[in-house]
Amino acid sequence: MLIRDIMNVLDAELLTGEELLDVDVHTACGSDMMSDVLAYVKDQAVLVTGLLNQQAIRTAAMMDMVCVIFVRGKRPDQKIIECAKENGIAVMTTTHRMFTACGLLYKAGLNGGMKVK
Amino acid sequence: MTVNSLHYHYDVPGDDFTRAGVASGAVKQILKQLGLNPETVRKMSIALYEAEINMVIHGGGGVIDIDIDDDKIVALVSDQGPGIEDLDLAMQEGWSTASEQERNLGFGAGMGLPNMKKYSDELEINSEVGVGTSVKITVNIEKSGEQRD
Repeated sequence: MLIRDIMNVLDAELLTGEELLDVDVHTACGSDMMSDVLAYVKDQAVLVTGLLNQQAIRTAAMMDMVCVIFVRGKRPDQKIIECAKENGIAVMTTTHRMFTACGLLYKAGLNGGMKVK
Repeated sequence: MTVNSLHYHYDVPGDDFTRAGVASGAVKQILKQLGLNPETVRKMSIALYEAEINMVIHGGGGVIDIDIDDDKIVALVSDQGPGIEDLDLAMQEGWSTASEQERNLGFGAGMGLPNMKKYSDELEINSEVGVGTSVKITVNIEKSGEQRD
């Protein structure tokens, strides 16, 4: 699935990362808890989160993720967007809640990766 | 690849939570530019990021020293904070003394030290109550082309 497809599925607004719209992604992770993302994520390209701060972006960058989606209509400030630009991460916001956003992406073909051992 | 020996030093302020992780991000870029194996880069980046976040939140900031040689990367993360009272307890997943502020950052689930252990090849923690904590993270450099069984 392309990042532009995610935008359509979630009826999301892209805030930065126009140049990444045609990047192909296969897996995603939904979490507000960044330590859990660091503990369990492997090869996931998309982070769906309600955590609105620079740590969401930095955590995604550490995990080599390429797209962060803020749910529940959360809108990052300019500093967060700048942080994403520096790290080459596309950022979008959707008014869907976490569960719905993850469900829609899953239904559209995004995978959640492996089970936790 | 020969790296020889490289050293990097970072001062990490303890008063700006929003900047926690900046040094780790810089280290990650350096490791990538050195052309190290992606898994090596990933392991050190994640372990160091957790350590940096913990140092800012619990230790009041401190210093990070990175040494890279041909075989390994060693990160020494040191603060002069309150120290860890019970290290065995702190190593348990889910155990946390995090403040509301840490939780607001998306941390404080009690995964910090377990994550550092998980991603490092060697983890050494020295902590004294009232004196400070130092965390030494070692990640071995896997040579590219070298396959793990």
